[in-house]
Amino acid sequence: MREFSYDVVTIGGGPAGMAAALAAREAGAERVLILERDRELGGILQQCIHNGFGLRRFEEELTGPGYAHRYVDMIGATDIDVWLDTTVLAAEPGGVVTSVSPHAGLQVVRAKSVVYAMGCRERTRGAIRTPGSRPAGVFTAGAAQRMVNMEGYLPGREVVIVGSGDIGLIMARRMTFEGARVKAVFEIMPYSNGLTRNIVQCLEDFGIPLYLGHSVTAIHGKDRVTGITVSQVNDRLEVIDGTAFDVACDCVLLSVGLIPENELGRAAGVVLDPITSGARVDQFRRTSIPGFFAAGNVLHVHDLVDWVSEEAAIAGRSAARHARGELAASGRERPVTAGEGLRTVVPQRLSDFEPGKMSVRFYFRAARPMGASLLQLWADGALAFERKLRVVKPSEMIVADIPVRKIGDAAALDFRVVPAPDRIEADDEIEEEA
Amino acid sequence: MTGSFGAGPLPESADVVVIGGGVVGCAIARQLSRFELSVVLIESAPDVATGTSKANSGILHAGFDAEPGTWKARLNVRGAQLYAELAEGLGIPRKATGSLVVARDAVQMETVADLRHRGIDNGVPGLEIWNRDQVVAHEPNISPDVAGALWAPTGAIVCPFLATVGFAENAVRNGARIVTECAVIGFEVADRQIVAVRTTRGRVAARFVVNAAGLHSADVARLAGDDSFTIRPRRGEYILFDRSVGQLVNTVLFPTPDKLSKGILVSPTVHGNVFIGPDAVDIDDPEDRETTAGGLAGIIAGARRIVPALPLGTAITEFAGLRAAAGKDFVIGPSPAARGLVHAAGIQSPGLTSAPAIGEAIVEMLQDVGLRLRPKASFVPVNRQKPRFHDLDRQVQARLIAGDRLYGRVICRCETITEAEIVAAIQSPCGARTVDGVKRRVRAGAGRCQGGFCGPRVTAILARELGIPVTAVRKDSANSWLFLSRADLEAGEGVHA
Repeated sequence: MREFSYDVVTIGGGPAGMAAALAAREAGAERVLILERDRELGGILQQCIHNGFGLRRFEEELTGPGYAHRYVDMIGATDIDVWLDTTVLAAEPGGVVTSVSPHAGLQVVRAKSVVYAMGCRERTRGAIRTPGSRPAGVFTAGAAQRMVNMEGYLPGREVVIVGSGDIGLIMARRMTFEGARVKAVFEIMPYSNGLTRNIVQCLEDFGIPLYLGHSVTAIHGKDRVTGITVSQVNDRLEVIDGTAFDVACDCVLLSVGLIPENELGRAAGVVLDPITSGARVDQFRRTSIPGFFAAGNVLHVHDLVDWVSEEAAIAGRSAARHARGELAASGRERPVTAGEGLRTVVPQRLSDFEPGKMSVRFYFRAARPMGASLLQLWADGALAFERKLRVVKPSEMIVADIPVRKIGDAAALDFRVVPAPDRIEADDEIEEEA
Repeated sequence: MTGSFGAGPLPESADVVVIGGGVVGCAIARQLSRFELSVVLIESAPDVATGTSKANSGILHAGFDAEPGTWKARLNVRGAQLYAELAEGLGIPRKATGSLVVARDAVQMETVADLRHRGIDNGVPGLEIWNRDQVVAHEPNISPDVAGALWAPTGAIVCPFLATVGFAENAVRNGARIVTECAVIGFEVADRQIVAVRTTRGRVAARFVVNAAGLHSADVARLAGDDSFTIRPRRGEYILFDRSVGQLVNTVLFPTPDKLSKGILVSPTVHGNVFIGPDAVDIDDPEDRETTAGGLAGIIAGARRIVPALPLGTAITEFAGLRAAAGKDFVIGPSPAARGLVHAAGIQSPGLTSAPAIGEAIVEMLQDVGLRLRPKASFVPVNRQKPRFHDLDRQVQARLIAGDRLYGRVICRCETITEAEIVAAIQSPCGARTVDGVKRRVRAGAGRCQGGFCGPRVTAILARELGIPVTAVRKDSANSWLFLSRADLEAGEGVHA
């Protein structure tokens, strides 16, 4: 086995891996390597041929491949090494990364810093226990998207979409463009899990009905899907008797959630957050294993790639500084929790601040939709900070910069989202300080 | 005769025709391939192991359940021994885990004691009654209300697909022809003697026919004018859990059985997963493999009585299997209606365990009814070993890649299955023809993402290796097409519609 040494290695060459590698190189890591299992960089962006990417990062609207190629070009202008068609088999504490490829076989990389950037996978029918038979024609939306957009084949003619995740909504529009008939989208929750703009642009513009509060209770068909049975559910998500109806279709696309692809981290013993299924990290995106960082959808599932790039740059800079021996030890670690109204928060812990640091950016997912709300920071049980949110949706990340002086010396931080009292005007965006 | 596998033409004649490519039919074909005979196995699906053999508990029963003197009792114990001898050479994954029948009170402890005596009568070695502490020490996650258990050290687990494929491949290696997508439509009988089998692929003349048609075996018998038995499909649902929770149980855990079935079990698989199931529901349609919300809830409740803390969040798939139940015992023996026709039917549990012993028994019966058996000097009892990249150490992996670069490309990331393994699964003597056929042979797509990542890639490899368009690649059954071309969609119909 050949052995190599690098300062920073990213596992994955999607948006997170590319942004982390670039940031690491810019922050002074001399030898940077991207390990990518596909035959090109870009990850899932390459199959997302619709536009809507990059409004924040590049201030223009790009397609997925367009966004990816901005980064591919930037990487091409550096001396960052890229190994394609290369799968990582193990990444062990100490920074020993074993990979395999058809052209180079097994190779070992000794890395001073490793950035996990493996992205996520789609939740399957089995994970949500949808009953019925197991005919051909049931695909996760992303697998179908790859076949349609990259291989040029279609997964069916009469399509039903289960779950209202963004990929499902995008595929509703794509299949309509391709000439298939998209009959409906069924979502078990009383609200959509996709971005509002996708509901409008992918369903409403094409007259595709979205059934909220509906669960698929059976998939039918022996060779190929012939239809599904759907029922309404109550607020405990239990099927309401007498509401069942059948929908004929030859294709079911599932868009029922994404799960960080964290097997390498799990195998290495990284401490995971049971809610995000990603690593527990501090503000530097340090995992529990020294020298291992995480960013992007392997850390927590994002709504916009722009946030992935931003977060990965944080991880990449941290990885570079760790490689150079410039990243201070964590010091006193303080837990950060997602309290009332919130489901997730990243980072989940704070290490000692760097001198001169003015604010820390936190990313949240709401537990349920709410109208005008307040994002609150409770530090050691006392309200330390408040910010107005016009509307809260579980499908959209909440991003907030919290001033370091508000966090102060607190030992434990708890964030909450609570309904805004009437005295705050709906358009008031002024940060209210407690 | 040179062996073959696939949807090719039928030969004009054969010494023996075996109907059905489940584990029983394939084990029979393999046993026949030891002798100087032309053997043809016909299977209606595109692959072997697509009926009962693809969805069952994958357990090699020790043999204490069956009533002494029955076929089940005789063949179970012999079958378990044969797997122990044959599995490695045939490439059949098998693990000697032992099994426990768990009792929760004094009444069940009596039943368990009775099972032990029955097992001793059946010749099952090593049976022991364990007390609560012994059980808990062996299975830390077991329900705290366990009273004790019957320990059967010869209980084991096996991969049911690779058992079937292993027998089939060895049969083909030794000259058997397996013709797929070939269904029986009738028999030609002269003077009460079978003389030919008529199929959807034409006629094959044969004086000896084995009916191993599983769920359809009573229908096949009827085609020969034999209505001596009926088959009642009995459905059982299962939930399979991710390998990340593979340590949940160390051995096969049965509840104390009732009259209908062995009950809902919690068991490891040979591939490191855990499953729960099955229930037992009599149904009418021999193709109805739908899982149900009620059925899944029932097996969860049943399994929780043995292991209370089930990791339901790590479920990766649910499925239903159908047992071909005929009565209390297997239906094994010559047809009372047509000479030359021998049944291996009604093979419910412990059918997987018994399969190689059924092979022996059926071949003896064929000899009894006049088939001449001359041992084949060239018989090769083993299959070519197929390396499993994931299980090998780095030095061996490196050597494999040096010999074939495709060992360096991981296609299924959940199970770490390489392109070379998939190509080998397609190009072997009983090679995969479908996406599920690849999954059953090498586990590409059997992991936690259930083919979400590798499905399109496996489809492309199948198309390339089989020399067919992507639109002709099927999931499993004959009409289970996966993808359309844009032209198919525009035309409003595809060639496979």
